[in-house]
Amino acid sequence: MTASDLPALNIAELRVLLDRREVSPREVLEALQTRIAEIDPPIDAYLSIDFEAALEQAEHADVTLPLGGVPIAIKDIISVAGQPCTCASKILRNYRAPYDATVIRKLKAAGAIPFGKTNMDEFAMGSSTENSSVKPTRNPWDISRVPGGSSGGSAAAVAANAAFGALGTDTGGSIRQPAALSGVVGFKPSYGRVSRFGLVAFASSLDQAGPLTKTVRDAALLMNAMAGHDPLDSTCLKEAVPDYTANLGSDLRGIRLGLAKEYMIDGIDPQVRAAIDAAVAHFESLGAEIVEVSLPHTEYAVATYYILATAEASANLARFDGVRYGHRAENTRNLFDHYGRTREEGFGPEVKRRIILGTYVLSSGYYEAYYARAQKVRTLIRQDFAHAFEKVDALVSPTSPVPAFPLGERSVDPLQMYLADIFTIAANLAGICGISLPCGFAQTESGAQLPIGLQLLGAALDEARILQIAHAYEASTDWHKRRPPLAATRKE
Amino acid sequence: MAETAHIDVAHVAKLARINLTEEETNLFQAQLERVLEYAEKLRTLDLSSVESAAHAVPIFNVFREDEPRDGLSAEEALRNAPRQANGLFVVTKVVE
Repeated sequence: MTASDLPALNIAELRVLLDRREVSPREVLEALQTRIAEIDPPIDAYLSIDFEAALEQAEHADVTLPLGGVPIAIKDIISVAGQPCTCASKILRNYRAPYDATVIRKLKAAGAIPFGKTNMDEFAMGSSTENSSVKPTRNPWDISRVPGGSSGGSAAAVAANAAFGALGTDTGGSIRQPAALSGVVGFKPSYGRVSRFGLVAFASSLDQAGPLTKTVRDAALLMNAMAGHDPLDSTCLKEAVPDYTANLGSDLRGIRLGLAKEYMIDGIDPQVRAAIDAAVAHFESLGAEIVEVSLPHTEYAVATYYILATAEASANLARFDGVRYGHRAENTRNLFDHYGRTREEGFGPEVKRRIILGTYVLSSGYYEAYYARAQKVRTLIRQDFAHAFEKVDALVSPTSPVPAFPLGERSVDPLQMYLADIFTIAANLAGICGISLPCGFAQTESGAQLPIGLQLLGAALDEARILQIAHAYEASTDWHKRRPPLAATRKE
Repeated sequence: MAETAHIDVAHVAKLARINLTEEETNLFQAQLERVLEYAEKLRTLDLSSVESAAHAVPIFNVFREDEPRDGLSAEEALRNAPRQANGLFVVTKVVE
Protein backbone atom coordinates (compact mmCIF):
# COMPACT_ATOMS: atom_id res chain seq x y z
CA MET A 1 0.00 0.00 0.00
CA THR A 2 1.36 3.41 -0.99
CA ALA A 3 0.62 6.67 0.83
CA SER A 4 -1.75 7.81 -1.91
CA ASP A 5 -3.92 4.72 -1.29
CA LEU A 6 -4.44 5.52 2.40
CA PRO A 7 -7.24 8.13 2.09
CA ALA A 8 -9.50 5.60 0.37
CA LEU A 9 -9.52 3.37 3.47
CA ASN A 10 -12.35 3.35 5.95
CA ILE A 11 -11.70 3.75 9.67
CA ALA A 12 -11.81 0.03 10.48
CA GLU A 13 -9.28 -0.73 7.70
CA LEU A 14 -7.04 2.16 8.75
CA ARG A 15 -7.10 1.00 12.36
CA VAL A 16 -5.78 -2.43 11.35
CA LEU A 17 -2.76 -0.83 9.64
CA LEU A 18 -2.14 1.56 12.55
CA ASP A 19 -2.48 -1.21 15.11
CA ARG A 20 0.08 -3.34 13.25
CA ARG A 21 2.39 -0.30 12.99
CA GLU A 22 2.33 -0.67 9.19
CA VAL A 23 1.61 3.05 8.96
CA SER A 24 2.17 5.80 11.50
CA PRO A 25 -0.41 8.43 12.48
CA ARG A 26 1.91 11.03 10.90
CA GLU A 27 1.94 9.19 7.55
CA VAL A 28 -1.83 8.96 7.66
CA LEU A 29 -2.20 12.69 8.29
CA GLU A 30 0.26 13.59 5.55
CA ALA A 31 -1.54 11.35 3.04
CA LEU A 32 -4.80 13.02 4.00
CA GLN A 33 -3.25 16.49 3.65
CA THR A 34 -2.15 15.62 0.10
CA ARG A 35 -5.60 14.32 -0.76
CA ILE A 36 -7.35 17.41 0.61
CA ALA A 37 -5.05 19.65 -1.45
CA GLU A 38 -6.14 17.71 -4.57
CA ILE A 39 -9.87 18.15 -4.13
CA ASP A 40 -10.38 21.26 -1.97
CA PRO A 41 -11.10 23.25 -4.22
CA PRO A 42 -13.20 22.35 -6.17
CA ILE A 43 -15.15 20.53 -3.42
CA ASP A 44 -14.51 23.16 -0.71
CA ALA A 45 -15.44 20.87 2.15
CA TYR A 46 -13.22 22.51 4.75
CA LEU A 47 -13.31 25.92 6.43
CA SER A 48 -10.10 25.54 8.45
CA ILE A 49 -7.44 22.89 8.95
CA ASP A 50 -4.71 22.90 11.57
CA PHE A 51 -2.26 20.23 10.44
CA GLU A 52 0.41 21.52 12.78
CA ALA A 53 -1.72 20.88 15.85
CA ALA A 54 -2.84 17.56 14.36
CA LEU A 55 0.74 16.44 13.68
CA GLU A 56 1.59 17.30 17.26
CA GLN A 57 -1.24 14.99 18.42
CA ALA A 58 -0.17 12.35 15.90
CA GLU A 59 3.31 12.27 17.42
CA HIS A 60 1.81 11.29 20.78
CA ALA A 61 -1.07 9.17 19.48
CA ASP A 62 -1.65 5.88 21.28
CA VAL A 63 -2.44 3.52 18.42
CA THR A 64 -3.68 0.82 20.80
CA LEU A 65 -6.80 2.92 21.57
CA PRO A 66 -10.06 2.15 19.67
CA LEU A 67 -9.61 5.21 17.40
CA GLY A 68 -5.88 5.66 17.99
CA GLY A 69 -4.30 7.80 15.26
CA VAL A 70 -7.50 8.28 13.22
CA PRO A 71 -7.98 11.86 11.91
CA ILE A 72 -11.61 13.00 12.15
CA ALA A 73 -13.15 16.06 10.42
CA ILE A 74 -15.44 18.16 12.59
CA LYS A 75 -18.42 20.26 11.53
CA ASP A 76 -17.62 23.88 12.34
CA ILE A 77 -20.42 24.10 14.92
CA ILE A 78 -18.64 21.79 17.39
CA SER A 79 -16.01 23.30 19.71
CA VAL A 80 -12.42 22.06 19.41
CA ALA A 81 -10.19 23.92 21.88
CA GLY A 82 -7.99 26.51 20.18
CA GLN A 83 -9.59 25.98 16.75
CA PRO A 84 -12.00 28.31 14.93
CA CYS A 85 -15.69 27.56 15.46
CA THR A 86 -17.43 29.88 13.05
CA CYS A 87 -20.67 28.03 12.23
CA ALA A 88 -19.90 29.36 8.71
CA SER A 89 -21.20 32.72 9.97
CA LYS A 90 -19.68 36.17 9.67
CA ILE A 91 -20.73 36.84 13.24
CA LEU A 92 -18.21 34.21 14.47
CA ARG A 93 -15.57 34.80 11.80
CA ASN A 94 -12.73 35.38 14.27
CA TYR A 95 -14.00 33.20 17.09
CA ARG A 96 -11.86 30.39 18.51
CA ALA A 97 -13.34 27.82 20.85
CA PRO A 98 -11.87 28.12 24.37
CA TYR A 99 -12.66 24.49 25.27
CA ASP A 100 -13.44 21.06 23.79
CA ALA A 101 -17.03 19.91 23.32
CA THR A 102 -17.67 16.73 25.29
CA VAL A 103 -17.84 14.70 22.05
CA ILE A 104 -14.39 16.04 21.11
CA ARG A 105 -12.99 15.26 24.55
CA LYS A 106 -14.37 11.72 24.22
CA LEU A 107 -13.05 11.24 20.69
CA LYS A 108 -9.61 12.44 21.76
CA ALA A 109 -9.72 10.07 24.75
CA ALA A 110 -10.38 7.25 22.27
CA GLY A 111 -7.29 8.31 20.31
CA ALA A 112 -8.91 10.23 17.43
CA ILE A 113 -7.34 13.40 16.04
CA PRO A 114 -9.76 16.25 15.19
CA PHE A 115 -7.74 18.03 12.50
CA GLY A 116 -10.09 20.30 10.56
CA LYS A 117 -13.44 22.05 10.56
CA THR A 118 -15.97 21.45 7.80
CA ASN A 119 -18.30 23.77 5.94
CA MET A 120 -22.01 23.96 6.70
CA ASP A 121 -25.12 26.04 6.26
CA GLU A 122 -24.76 29.03 8.59
CA PHE A 123 -25.71 27.92 12.12
CA ALA A 124 -26.90 24.60 10.58
CA MET A 125 -29.86 26.33 8.94
CA GLY A 126 -30.31 24.82 5.51
CA SER A 127 -30.25 21.65 3.43
CA SER A 128 -27.64 22.50 0.80
CA THR A 129 -24.58 24.14 2.45
CA GLU A 130 -25.31 27.12 0.15
CA ASN A 131 -26.14 29.17 3.26
CA SER A 132 -22.47 29.17 4.32
CA SER A 133 -21.26 32.77 4.52
CA VAL A 134 -17.83 31.61 3.31
CA LYS A 135 -18.44 29.45 0.23
CA PRO A 136 -20.72 26.70 -1.01
CA THR A 137 -19.46 23.11 -0.82
CA ARG A 138 -19.85 21.06 -3.99
CA ASN A 139 -21.04 17.51 -4.39
CA PRO A 140 -18.12 15.20 -5.27
CA TRP A 141 -20.40 13.19 -7.58
CA ASP A 142 -21.27 16.25 -9.69
CA ILE A 143 -19.69 19.56 -8.75
CA SER A 144 -22.57 21.53 -10.27
CA ARG A 145 -24.74 20.14 -7.47
CA VAL A 146 -25.05 20.64 -3.72
CA PRO A 147 -23.77 18.04 -1.23
CA GLY A 148 -26.89 18.47 0.94
CA GLY A 149 -26.80 20.13 4.30
CA SER A 150 -26.41 21.42 6.76
CA SER A 151 -23.45 19.06 7.44
CA GLY A 152 -22.52 19.25 3.73
CA GLY A 153 -18.79 19.80 4.27
CA SER A 154 -18.55 16.70 6.47
CA ALA A 155 -20.51 14.58 3.97
CA ALA A 156 -18.54 15.80 0.93
CA ALA A 157 -15.19 15.33 2.69
CA VAL A 158 -15.98 11.71 3.53
CA ALA A 159 -17.41 11.02 0.05
CA ALA A 160 -14.30 12.47 -1.63
CA ASN A 161 -11.89 10.42 0.54
CA ALA A 162 -10.80 13.71 2.08
CA ALA A 163 -11.77 12.49 5.57
CA PHE A 164 -11.84 9.00 7.09
CA GLY A 165 -14.88 10.01 9.09
CA ALA A 166 -16.53 13.20 10.26
CA LEU A 167 -18.87 14.61 12.86
CA GLY A 168 -22.03 16.46 11.96
CA THR A 169 -25.08 17.69 13.79
CA ASP A 170 -28.70 16.84 12.99
CA THR A 171 -31.56 19.15 14.03
CA GLY A 172 -33.99 18.18 11.26
CA GLY A 173 -31.94 15.87 9.04
CA SER A 174 -28.63 17.72 8.80
CA ILE A 175 -26.55 14.53 9.12
CA ARG A 176 -28.81 12.10 7.24
CA GLN A 177 -29.77 14.28 4.25
CA PRO A 178 -26.21 15.31 3.22
CA ALA A 179 -25.10 11.69 3.80
CA ALA A 180 -27.81 10.62 1.34
CA LEU A 181 -27.00 13.27 -1.27
CA SER A 182 -23.24 12.65 -1.03
CA GLY A 183 -23.36 8.84 -0.88
CA VAL A 184 -22.05 8.14 2.63
CA VAL A 185 -23.42 6.80 5.91
CA GLY A 186 -24.90 9.36 8.31
CA PHE A 187 -26.14 8.47 11.78
CA LYS A 188 -28.36 10.56 14.06
CA PRO A 189 -28.42 9.23 17.61
CA SER A 190 -31.53 9.46 19.78
CA TYR A 191 -31.99 12.74 21.61
CA GLY A 192 -29.96 12.59 24.81
CA ARG A 193 -27.66 9.77 23.69
CA VAL A 194 -24.75 12.10 22.90
CA SER A 195 -23.79 15.19 24.88
CA ARG A 196 -24.55 18.59 23.33
CA PHE A 197 -22.05 20.39 25.56
CA GLY A 198 -19.78 22.47 23.34
CA LEU A 199 -22.09 22.47 20.33
CA VAL A 200 -23.27 25.91 19.25
CA ALA A 201 -27.01 25.57 19.89
CA PHE A 202 -29.52 25.91 17.04
CA ALA A 203 -32.66 24.25 18.48
CA SER A 204 -31.78 22.74 21.83
CA SER A 205 -34.65 20.25 22.03
CA LEU A 206 -33.81 18.84 18.58
CA ASP A 207 -30.01 19.04 18.10
CA GLN A 208 -27.85 15.90 18.21
CA ALA A 209 -24.28 15.27 17.06
CA GLY A 210 -23.45 12.11 15.14
CA PRO A 211 -20.99 10.52 12.72
CA LEU A 212 -20.71 10.62 8.91
CA THR A 213 -18.64 7.69 7.67
CA LYS A 214 -17.90 5.41 4.74
CA THR A 215 -19.45 2.35 6.40
CA VAL A 216 -21.98 1.39 9.05
CA ARG A 217 -19.22 -0.26 11.12
CA ASP A 218 -17.30 3.02 11.18
CA ALA A 219 -20.43 4.82 12.41
CA ALA A 220 -20.69 2.23 15.21
CA LEU A 221 -17.00 2.71 16.09
CA LEU A 222 -17.44 6.49 16.40
CA MET A 223 -20.67 6.07 18.37
CA ASN A 224 -18.83 3.82 20.84
CA ALA A 225 -16.54 6.76 21.58
CA MET A 226 -19.16 9.54 21.47
CA ALA A 227 -22.20 8.21 23.34
CA GLY A 228 -22.92 8.38 27.03
CA HIS A 229 -23.98 10.53 29.94
CA ASP A 230 -22.39 13.92 30.50
CA PRO A 231 -23.00 15.94 33.67
CA LEU A 232 -22.41 19.11 31.60
CA ASP A 233 -25.57 18.48 29.52
CA SER A 234 -28.65 18.03 31.68
CA THR A 235 -30.57 16.50 28.75
CA CYS A 236 -27.93 13.82 28.19
CA LEU A 237 -29.41 10.55 29.40
CA LYS A 238 -28.00 8.39 32.19
CA GLU A 239 -28.30 5.21 30.18
CA ALA A 240 -25.73 2.46 29.73
CA VAL A 241 -24.00 2.54 26.34
CA PRO A 242 -23.78 -0.84 24.59
CA ASP A 243 -20.93 -1.85 22.27
CA TYR A 244 -22.48 -0.73 18.97
CA THR A 245 -20.30 -3.12 16.97
CA ALA A 246 -21.45 -6.18 18.97
CA ASN A 247 -24.53 -6.97 16.83
CA LEU A 248 -22.98 -6.18 13.47
CA GLY A 249 -23.10 -9.30 11.37
CA SER A 250 -26.28 -10.69 12.92
CA ASP A 251 -28.89 -11.67 10.35
CA LEU A 252 -32.36 -10.17 9.98
CA ARG A 253 -34.51 -13.18 10.84
CA GLY A 254 -37.31 -12.02 13.11
CA ILE A 255 -36.72 -8.35 12.30
CA ARG A 256 -39.86 -6.42 11.32
CA LEU A 257 -39.51 -3.36 9.13
CA GLY A 258 -42.29 -0.81 8.75
CA LEU A 259 -43.35 1.12 5.69
CA ALA A 260 -45.39 4.19 6.63
CA LYS A 261 -48.26 4.62 4.19
CA GLU A 262 -48.11 8.39 4.74
CA TYR A 263 -44.59 8.40 3.28
CA MET A 264 -45.86 7.20 -0.14
CA ILE A 265 -46.18 10.81 -1.25
CA ASP A 266 -46.16 12.46 -4.63
CA GLY A 267 -42.97 14.32 -5.28
CA ILE A 268 -40.62 11.39 -4.69
CA ASP A 269 -38.24 11.19 -7.64
CA PRO A 270 -39.06 8.00 -9.62
CA GLN A 271 -35.44 6.80 -9.46
CA VAL A 272 -35.43 7.31 -5.67
CA ARG A 273 -38.70 5.41 -5.36
CA ALA A 274 -37.36 2.53 -7.45
CA ALA A 275 -34.18 2.32 -5.33
CA ILE A 276 -36.18 2.22 -2.09
CA ASP A 277 -38.56 -0.41 -3.49
CA ALA A 278 -35.53 -2.51 -4.43
CA ALA A 279 -34.02 -2.03 -0.96
CA VAL A 280 -37.26 -3.18 0.68
CA ALA A 281 -37.28 -6.29 -1.53
CA HIS A 282 -33.66 -6.87 -0.57
CA PHE A 283 -34.50 -6.67 3.13
CA GLU A 284 -37.21 -9.29 2.56
CA SER A 285 -34.68 -11.54 0.87
CA LEU A 286 -32.47 -11.17 3.97
CA GLY A 287 -35.29 -12.51 6.13
CA ALA A 288 -36.91 -9.34 7.40
CA GLU A 289 -40.67 -9.08 7.52
CA ILE A 290 -42.21 -5.98 5.91
CA VAL A 291 -45.22 -4.47 7.67
CA GLU A 292 -47.32 -1.48 6.68
CA VAL A 293 -47.70 1.04 9.50
CA SER A 294 -49.29 4.44 9.89
CA LEU A 295 -47.81 7.74 11.07
CA PRO A 296 -51.06 9.70 10.85
CA HIS A 297 -49.62 13.14 11.73
CA THR A 298 -46.88 13.12 9.10
CA GLU A 299 -48.45 15.97 7.14
CA TYR A 300 -48.12 18.26 10.18
CA ALA A 301 -44.45 17.56 10.84
CA VAL A 302 -42.88 20.23 8.62
CA ALA A 303 -45.05 23.03 10.02
CA THR A 304 -44.50 21.83 13.59
CA TYR A 305 -40.77 21.63 13.07
CA TYR A 306 -40.35 25.07 11.53
CA ILE A 307 -42.32 26.69 14.35
CA LEU A 308 -40.45 24.94 17.17
CA ALA A 309 -36.98 25.02 15.60
CA THR A 310 -37.16 28.71 14.70
CA ALA A 311 -38.60 29.59 18.12
CA GLU A 312 -35.69 27.88 19.85
CA ALA A 313 -33.23 29.39 17.41
CA SER A 314 -34.49 32.91 18.02
CA ALA A 315 -33.78 32.47 21.73
CA ASN A 316 -30.45 30.66 21.26
CA LEU A 317 -29.10 33.17 18.74
CA ALA A 318 -29.94 36.10 21.01
CA ARG A 319 -26.51 35.43 22.56
CA PHE A 320 -24.86 36.87 19.47
CA ASP A 321 -24.97 40.46 20.63
CA GLY A 322 -21.45 41.65 19.85
CA VAL A 323 -20.49 42.06 23.51
CA ARG A 324 -18.40 39.10 24.72
CA TYR A 325 -17.37 37.46 21.45
CA GLY A 326 -18.03 37.59 17.74
CA HIS A 327 -18.54 40.45 15.35
CA ARG A 328 -19.39 43.93 16.65
CA ALA A 329 -20.59 46.77 14.40
CA GLU A 330 -18.41 49.88 14.56
CA ASN A 331 -19.34 53.45 15.52
CA THR A 332 -22.77 52.59 16.87
CA ARG A 333 -24.85 55.42 18.32
CA ASN A 334 -26.59 53.59 21.17
CA LEU A 335 -27.40 50.10 22.42
CA PHE A 336 -30.22 49.31 19.95
CA ASP A 337 -28.07 50.56 17.10
CA HIS A 338 -25.27 48.31 18.39
CA TYR A 339 -27.48 45.20 18.49
CA GLY A 340 -29.37 45.96 15.28
CA ARG A 341 -26.32 46.64 13.14
CA THR A 342 -24.12 43.93 14.71
CA ARG A 343 -26.77 41.33 13.89
CA GLU A 344 -27.57 42.84 10.49
CA GLU A 345 -23.90 42.62 9.48
CA GLY A 346 -23.22 39.29 11.18
CA PHE A 347 -26.14 37.06 10.12
CA GLY A 348 -26.95 35.83 6.62
CA PRO A 349 -30.44 35.89 5.07
CA GLU A 350 -31.65 32.42 6.14
CA VAL A 351 -30.57 32.98 9.74
CA LYS A 352 -32.31 36.38 9.82
CA ARG A 353 -35.44 34.86 8.29
CA ARG A 354 -35.56 32.09 10.89
CA ILE A 355 -34.86 34.39 13.85
CA ILE A 356 -37.71 36.63 12.69
CA LEU A 357 -40.10 33.71 12.24
CA GLY A 358 -39.10 32.32 15.64
CA THR A 359 -39.49 35.68 17.34
CA TYR A 360 -42.92 36.04 15.76
CA VAL A 361 -44.24 32.63 16.88
CA LEU A 362 -43.12 33.39 20.44
CA SER A 363 -44.45 36.94 20.50
CA SER A 364 -47.36 38.08 22.60
CA GLY A 365 -50.65 37.36 20.84
CA TYR A 366 -49.24 34.63 18.60
CA TYR A 367 -47.57 32.31 21.13
CA GLU A 368 -50.71 30.24 21.73
CA ALA A 369 -51.62 30.07 18.06
CA TYR A 370 -48.23 28.83 16.92
CA TYR A 371 -45.69 27.78 19.53
CA ALA A 372 -48.04 26.26 22.12
CA ARG A 373 -50.02 24.54 19.36
CA ALA A 374 -46.90 23.10 17.73
CA GLN A 375 -45.74 21.69 21.08
CA LYS A 376 -48.99 19.77 21.29
CA VAL A 377 -48.71 18.47 17.75
CA ARG A 378 -45.21 17.34 18.69
CA THR A 379 -46.82 15.06 21.28
CA LEU A 380 -49.02 13.54 18.57
CA ILE A 381 -46.00 12.97 16.33
CA ARG A 382 -44.11 11.29 19.19
CA GLN A 383 -47.13 9.05 19.82
CA ASP A 384 -47.29 8.09 16.14
CA PHE A 385 -43.76 6.71 16.37
CA ALA A 386 -44.36 5.05 19.75
CA HIS A 387 -47.31 3.18 18.24
CA ALA A 388 -45.35 2.24 15.12
CA PHE A 389 -42.45 0.86 17.16
CA GLU A 390 -44.87 -1.42 19.03
CA LYS A 391 -45.29 -3.23 15.70
CA VAL A 392 -41.88 -2.93 14.02
CA ASP A 393 -38.16 -2.71 14.83
CA ALA A 394 -37.43 0.02 12.32
CA LEU A 395 -39.10 2.21 9.70
CA VAL A 396 -37.81 2.29 6.12
CA SER A 397 -38.08 5.30 3.82
CA PRO A 398 -36.07 7.45 1.45
CA THR A 399 -33.86 9.93 3.33
CA SER A 400 -34.61 12.67 0.81
CA PRO A 401 -37.36 12.64 -1.83
CA VAL A 402 -34.84 13.78 -4.43
CA PRO A 403 -31.15 13.24 -5.17
CA ALA A 404 -28.65 16.12 -5.11
CA PHE A 405 -29.98 19.23 -6.85
CA PRO A 406 -28.07 21.93 -8.76
CA LEU A 407 -26.59 24.86 -6.83
CA GLY A 408 -29.00 27.78 -6.75
CA GLU A 409 -32.03 25.74 -7.76
CA ARG A 410 -33.84 25.81 -4.44
CA SER A 411 -32.40 28.75 -2.61
CA VAL A 412 -35.08 31.10 -3.97
CA ASP A 413 -38.07 29.53 -2.22
CA PRO A 414 -37.60 28.70 1.49
CA LEU A 415 -40.92 26.86 1.79
CA GLN A 416 -40.06 24.42 -1.02
CA MET A 417 -36.69 23.78 0.64
CA TYR A 418 -38.40 23.12 3.98
CA LEU A 419 -40.90 20.68 2.44
CA ALA A 420 -38.05 18.45 1.20
CA ASP A 421 -37.25 17.67 4.87
CA ILE A 422 -40.42 15.59 5.20
CA PHE A 423 -38.71 12.22 5.87
CA THR A 424 -36.06 13.42 8.31
CA ILE A 425 -37.55 16.06 10.60
CA ALA A 426 -40.12 13.94 12.44
CA ALA A 427 -37.29 11.87 13.95
CA ASN A 428 -35.94 14.99 15.67
CA LEU A 429 -39.38 15.97 16.93
CA ALA A 430 -39.83 12.45 18.36
CA GLY A 431 -36.26 12.16 19.66
CA ILE A 432 -35.68 8.80 17.95
CA CYS A 433 -32.56 7.58 16.13
CA GLY A 434 -31.99 7.23 12.41
CA ILE A 435 -29.44 6.39 9.77
CA SER A 436 -29.00 7.09 6.08
CA LEU A 437 -26.97 4.70 3.96
CA PRO A 438 -26.32 4.40 0.22
CA CYS A 439 -28.89 2.26 -1.65
CA GLY A 440 -28.46 3.10 -5.32
CA PHE A 441 -27.83 5.80 -7.88
CA ALA A 442 -29.95 8.11 -9.99
CA GLN A 443 -28.69 8.94 -13.44
CA THR A 444 -28.94 12.58 -14.56
CA GLU A 445 -29.61 13.71 -18.13
CA SER A 446 -25.95 14.65 -18.44
CA GLY A 447 -24.91 11.15 -17.35
CA ALA A 448 -23.78 11.91 -13.78
CA GLN A 449 -24.47 9.27 -11.14
CA LEU A 450 -26.08 10.70 -8.01
CA PRO A 451 -26.27 8.65 -4.80
CA ILE A 452 -29.61 7.74 -3.24
CA GLY A 453 -30.01 7.39 0.52
CA LEU A 454 -32.05 4.79 2.40
CA GLN A 455 -33.27 5.90 5.81
CA LEU A 456 -33.91 3.57 8.75
CA LEU A 457 -35.55 5.06 11.84
CA GLY A 458 -35.47 3.30 15.19
CA ALA A 459 -37.02 3.75 18.61
CA ALA A 460 -35.29 6.00 21.14
CA LEU A 461 -32.05 4.43 22.43
CA ASP A 462 -32.39 1.52 19.97
CA GLU A 463 -29.22 2.57 18.09
CA ALA A 464 -27.63 -0.89 18.26
CA ARG A 465 -30.53 -2.49 16.39
CA ILE A 466 -30.63 0.21 13.69
CA LEU A 467 -26.91 -0.22 13.12
CA GLN A 468 -27.37 -4.01 12.95
CA ILE A 469 -30.12 -3.71 10.31
CA ALA A 470 -28.16 -1.13 8.31
CA HIS A 471 -25.06 -3.28 8.46
CA ALA A 472 -26.93 -6.35 7.18
CA TYR A 473 -28.03 -4.32 4.15
CA GLU A 474 -24.60 -2.85 3.56
CA ALA A 475 -22.80 -6.18 3.93
CA SER A 476 -24.94 -7.70 1.16
CA THR A 477 -24.78 -4.75 -1.29
CA ASP A 478 -21.98 -2.82 -3.01
CA TRP A 479 -23.38 0.71 -3.14
CA HIS A 480 -21.16 1.97 -0.31
CA LYS A 481 -18.01 0.85 -2.12
CA ARG A 482 -18.46 3.26 -5.00
CA ARG A 483 -16.60 6.54 -4.79
CA PRO A 484 -17.08 9.61 -6.97
CA PRO A 485 -14.92 10.06 -10.10
CA LEU A 486 -12.63 12.86 -8.94
CA ALA A 487 -9.34 11.90 -10.62
CA ALA A 488 -9.64 14.69 -13.20
CA THR A 489 -9.58 17.39 -10.54
CA ARG A 490 -5.88 16.97 -9.72
CA LYS A 491 -4.14 20.35 -9.93
CA GLU A 492 -1.04 20.99 -12.03
CA MET B 1 -56.89 33.39 18.41
CA ALA B 2 -56.59 35.51 15.30
CA GLU B 3 -58.37 34.07 12.26
CA THR B 4 -55.60 34.85 9.82
CA ALA B 5 -52.14 35.56 11.07
CA HIS B 6 -50.46 38.69 9.95
CA ILE B 7 -46.76 39.02 10.42
CA ASP B 8 -45.30 42.53 10.36
CA VAL B 9 -41.69 41.74 9.51
CA ALA B 10 -40.45 45.29 10.15
CA HIS B 11 -41.90 45.20 13.67
CA VAL B 12 -40.69 41.68 14.50
CA ALA B 13 -37.20 42.53 13.24
CA LYS B 14 -37.12 45.34 15.81
CA LEU B 15 -38.13 42.88 18.55
CA ALA B 16 -35.34 40.55 17.38
CA ARG B 17 -32.82 43.43 17.28
CA ILE B 18 -31.92 42.88 13.63
CA ASN B 19 -31.80 45.82 11.25
CA LEU B 20 -33.15 44.93 7.81
CA THR B 21 -32.93 46.78 4.51
CA GLU B 22 -36.21 47.68 2.87
CA GLU B 23 -35.53 45.05 0.24
CA GLU B 24 -34.97 42.34 2.88
CA THR B 25 -38.09 43.42 4.76
CA ASN B 26 -40.24 43.09 1.66
CA LEU B 27 -38.69 39.76 0.65
CA PHE B 28 -39.05 38.20 4.12
CA GLN B 29 -42.60 39.58 4.39
CA ALA B 30 -43.66 37.68 1.26
CA GLN B 31 -41.71 34.51 2.13
CA LEU B 32 -42.81 34.29 5.76
CA GLU B 33 -46.45 34.96 4.86
CA ARG B 34 -46.27 31.83 2.71
CA VAL B 35 -44.63 29.80 5.49
CA LEU B 36 -47.27 30.95 8.00
CA GLU B 37 -50.04 30.23 5.54
CA TYR B 38 -48.66 26.69 5.28
CA ALA B 39 -48.56 26.46 9.10
CA GLU B 40 -52.29 27.17 9.19
CA LYS B 41 -52.82 23.43 8.73
CA LEU B 42 -52.04 22.94 12.45
CA ARG B 43 -55.35 24.69 13.19
CA THR B 44 -57.31 21.82 11.66
CA LEU B 45 -56.33 19.49 14.54
CA ASP B 46 -58.35 19.19 17.72
CA LEU B 47 -55.72 19.57 20.44
CA SER B 48 -58.03 20.20 23.41
CA SER B 49 -56.97 16.98 25.20
CA VAL B 50 -53.32 16.84 24.08
CA GLU B 51 -50.42 17.59 26.43
CA SER B 52 -47.54 19.67 25.12
CA ALA B 53 -44.07 18.25 24.55
CA ALA B 54 -41.30 20.71 25.31
CA HIS B 55 -38.66 18.08 24.73
CA ALA B 56 -38.23 14.85 22.83
CA VAL B 57 -37.52 13.02 26.06
CA PRO B 58 -39.29 14.25 29.19
CA ILE B 59 -36.63 15.16 31.76
CA PHE B 60 -37.35 17.05 34.95
CA ASN B 61 -35.17 18.70 37.55
CA VAL B 62 -31.69 17.39 36.90
CA PHE B 63 -29.59 18.15 39.97
CA ARG B 64 -25.93 17.77 40.78
CA GLU B 65 -23.85 18.48 43.84
CA ASP B 66 -22.97 22.16 44.15
CA GLU B 67 -19.23 21.68 44.09
CA PRO B 68 -16.71 24.16 42.73
CA ARG B 69 -14.83 23.16 39.61
CA ASP B 70 -12.43 24.89 37.26
CA GLY B 71 -13.81 27.29 34.68
CA LEU B 72 -12.19 29.60 32.16
CA SER B 73 -9.65 32.09 33.45
CA ALA B 74 -10.44 35.78 32.91
CA GLU B 75 -7.80 35.87 30.21
CA GLU B 76 -9.33 32.91 28.36
CA ALA B 77 -12.84 34.33 28.71
CA LEU B 78 -11.71 37.63 27.19
CA ARG B 79 -9.79 36.11 24.31
CA ASN B 80 -12.70 36.42 21.86
CA ALA B 81 -13.88 39.83 23.06
CA PRO B 82 -14.46 42.42 20.29
CA ARG B 83 -13.06 45.05 22.69
CA GLN B 84 -11.45 44.69 26.09
CA ALA B 85 -9.44 46.74 28.56
CA ASN B 86 -8.09 46.14 32.07
CA GLY B 87 -9.42 42.57 32.14
CA LEU B 88 -12.96 43.73 31.29
CA PHE B 89 -15.29 43.67 28.28
CA VAL B 90 -15.64 47.15 26.83
CA VAL B 91 -19.25 47.72 25.79
CA THR B 92 -21.08 50.32 23.76
CA LYS B 93 -22.14 53.38 25.75
CA VAL B 94 -25.66 52.75 27.06
CA VAL B 95 -26.24 55.87 29.17
CA GLU B 96 -26.39 59.26 27.49
